[in-house]
Amino acid sequence: MTTGAKYTRQDFQTDQEVRWCPGCGDYTILASVQNFMAEMGVDKEKIVFVSGIGCASRFPYYMNTYGVHAIHGRAPAIASGIAVARPELSVWVVAGDGDAMSIGGNHLIHALRRNINLKILVFNNQIYGLTKGQYSPTSELGKRTKSSPSGSIDFPFNPVSLALGAEATFVARTIDMDRAHTTEILNRAYEHKGSAFVEIYQNCNVFNDKAFIALTGKEERDLNRIPLVHGEKVVFGPDRDRGVIIEGGTARIVSVADVGIDAIHVHDATAASAGPAYALSRLSHGPFGPTPIGVFRSVDRPVYEETLQQQIHDAQAKKGGGDLAALIASAGTWTVA
Amino acid sequence: MPERLLLTGNHAAAYGAMLSRAEVISAYPITPQTMIVELLSELTASGKLDATFITVESEHSAMAACVGASAAGARTYTATSGQGLALMHEMLHWAVGARLPVVLTNVSRAMAPGWSIWADQTDILSQRDVGWMMLFAESVQEAQDFIIWSYRVAEQVHLPAMVGMDAFILSHTAEPLIVHDQSAVDAYLPKFEPIYALDPEDPRAYGGLVNRDHYFELRYKIFEAMDRAGELLVAAGEEFGEVLGRRYAPLEGYLLDDAEYVIVSAGALTSNVRQAVRDARARGIKVGLLRLVAFRPFPVAAMRRILAGRRKVAVLDRNMGPGHSGIFAAEVRSALFGSSSAPEVFDYVVGLGGRDVRVETILEVLDDLITRDDPEMALFVGVKGLPIGPIRKEAEVLR
Repeated sequence: MTTGAKYTRQDFQTDQEVRWCPGCGDYTILASVQNFMAEMGVDKEKIVFVSGIGCASRFPYYMNTYGVHAIHGRAPAIASGIAVARPELSVWVVAGDGDAMSIGGNHLIHALRRNINLKILVFNNQIYGLTKGQYSPTSELGKRTKSSPSGSIDFPFNPVSLALGAEATFVARTIDMDRAHTTEILNRAYEHKGSAFVEIYQNCNVFNDKAFIALTGKEERDLNRIPLVHGEKVVFGPDRDRGVIIEGGTARIVSVADVGIDAIHVHDATAASAGPAYALSRLSHGPFGPTPIGVFRSVDRPVYEETLQQQIHDAQAKKGGGDLAALIASAGTWTVA
Repeated sequence: MPERLLLTGNHAAAYGAMLSRAEVISAYPITPQTMIVELLSELTASGKLDATFITVESEHSAMAACVGASAAGARTYTATSGQGLALMHEMLHWAVGARLPVVLTNVSRAMAPGWSIWADQTDILSQRDVGWMMLFAESVQEAQDFIIWSYRVAEQVHLPAMVGMDAFILSHTAEPLIVHDQSAVDAYLPKFEPIYALDPEDPRAYGGLVNRDHYFELRYKIFEAMDRAGELLVAAGEEFGEVLGRRYAPLEGYLLDDAEYVIVSAGALTSNVRQAVRDARARGIKVGLLRLVAFRPFPVAAMRRILAGRRKVAVLDRNMGPGHSGIFAAEVRSALFGSSSAPEVFDYVVGLGGRDVRVETILEVLDDLITRDDPEMALFVGVKGLPIGPIRKEAEVLR
C-alpha cells in the first residue's frame, strides 16, 4: 500500500481549529497519528478516518484525509462498508470507550471477528467526556460520576480481553503520552493485514484526570508498565526484577529471583492460541497497578474483503458473469393462464 | 406548599418525573438532554425520589429497560433527544403494541448529518405514527407539568406519551417554575395500576405470535385508545387546573376572537409568536395565535372549529417532510380538508437546526402571509441569500 509519497506532519493538519479541552490527551494522539501518517507514506487521498460520537470523534476534522463523522457507535460498521467497497483504501476508525464499547459494542466485535482491514483506535479515558462526565463501560467499579452518584455497580470491560474474545487478529495497547510507543503500535497496526484493535489510554484531564497515573506518573510508570515484546521474557520494573509467569492459563506477577528467569513467560504475539495473550490481558483490569503495554496478539487470518472478492471470482470462473434476467426466467417460474 | 424555583427546562422535566413518582428511570446520556437524567440520578441517589435508576449502553436499551419495567408494573420514565429517539424507534413501537404507558421527554434537536445539536422538531415528528401521545411544551413550567398530565392520560388508555421540548431554547433556559405540592400531585395522579403486571402468581405470556388471527384487532384497539386519549386529555387538562392551578388543553388560542390571520405554532418558538402577534395587533393587523399543544392525538375537530372562516393561516414548521411540506402544515391541511369555510394554509419552514426565529422573523412571515396568493406546498424562511418563498430549483443555495 505504501506509495512512497513524501509528507510531513503539516500535510496532515487541517485548517480547522482543534477544539478539545486544553490538556486533553487527544492532542497528543492527534500529533502522533499525523506524524505517523507522514511516515506511512500512503497518498492522503487513499486514507479515510471514520469516527462516531464523542470527544475522540472530532478526529476526522483535524486529519487532512478523507473523513466521516458518523453515527454514535456505528463507525466500525460504516468503515466496514468503505473497506469492503474500496479495499485499496487505508481505513482508520477512531472511537472512544463509550462509542466503541457501549452503544457500538456490537459493531466493534463483529468487525473484529470478520477481520475486515480496519485500523480501530479506541481512545479509552474511562469516562463519557462529551456529555460531561458520566461513567463509561470501562469505568472502574465504585466510580462516582454524575450518573453514578453512589458509585458504579457495572463491572467494566477490559478492552484488550474483549477484542481477544472477539477473535481479533491484532490487539495492542498504548498510552497517549508515550509518543514513541504509540507510533510503533500505529505502525504495527498498519502493517497488519486485517482488523487491528489498538486501545490507547487517554487522559481526560477535565472529567477523569490522572486515571492512568499508575502508568504515566514519573514515580509510578517504571514500576507499573509491563512491556510486551515479542520473543522476549515478560519482565518489568526499574531493575527488571519482576516478571510474569503463566500457570494453568492464569498469568501472575512474580519476583524473578523467586522463580528463576527460566520460569518467566516468553511473549509470543503470534501464538496459535489466544490463551496466553488473554491471560496477559487479565493481569490488570483497569490501569491501577502493573499493566501490560504493547502488542498482545498479531496473527494472520484471511482478510474479509479478500475472501469475499475470491468467492465472487471463483463463482464467476465456474458459472460465468451471471445474468439476472435469465435467472429470473429460469426453472421454477411458470405462467398463470 | 408549592415551591417557586428558577430552573431550566431540563431540570423542570426531572422535577416532573419526580413529582409523578416515577419508579424506574432508564436513560443514556445525550446532549442536550443529559441534565435531565443527571438530576434524576442525583434525586434518586439522595433518596428524594424513590426510584430505580438504570444506566444502559444505548437509547435502544434504555427504552427496552423501560418496556420491561413498565410491563412489571412500574411507572417508568426516560429522556432522550434526536439521534437517541431515532435509535429507540423499534422499542417505541413495542411500548405501544404492549400497551405500556411509559412517558419520555424528548429534547428536540436536529438530525444528522450534518451534525447539529440545535433545536429542530424533525426528530420527534419522525415518530408520528408509532402510536405515542405527543405533547409540545412551550415553557419550563410545561416541561414539568406535561409529564404529570401525560401520565394521567397514558395510564388510563395504556399508551405511552412523549413530551417535546426544544433544544437549548427551552432545555437550557431558566425560568421561574412552580414545583407543585407532592400531595396535590398525588391527588391528581393516582398510583399506576397496570392491568397485566408481571406476576408469578398470575402468570401470562407477553409479546406472543398473533399472526393474521388477532393482529388487526390489536391495532384497532390502539387506534381506539388514542381516540379516547383525545377526550381524556381535555378532561385531565381541566382537572389539572382544578387540582394544580394550571389549566391545559390540546390547543391554546391567543387573541383569536376577531383574528383574520392565524399563526399556528408548537413548542418554545410560540413565545416569540405571541410577542409578534401583540406587535402586529399594535399595527392594526387582526392576527392571532393557535398553539398546537397536543400533536397526537391530533385535535382535528377543535382545529376545524377554531380555524373556520379565517382569512389565512400560517403554520410555522421547525421541521420538514421532504417531498411534501412541513409536518405540522400537512397535518393542519389534512384536518381542514373538506371543511367549506376552511382558510388556505401557508406553510413556513423556519429555524431548522436551531437557526434563530426572532419576533421580527415572524413579523416578516406575517407580512408575507398577507400579501402572498399562492400558498405552494412549503415556503422557506431564512435560507441564506433567499427571500421567503418556495423551493427555487435553480438557486445555488449551498455555494
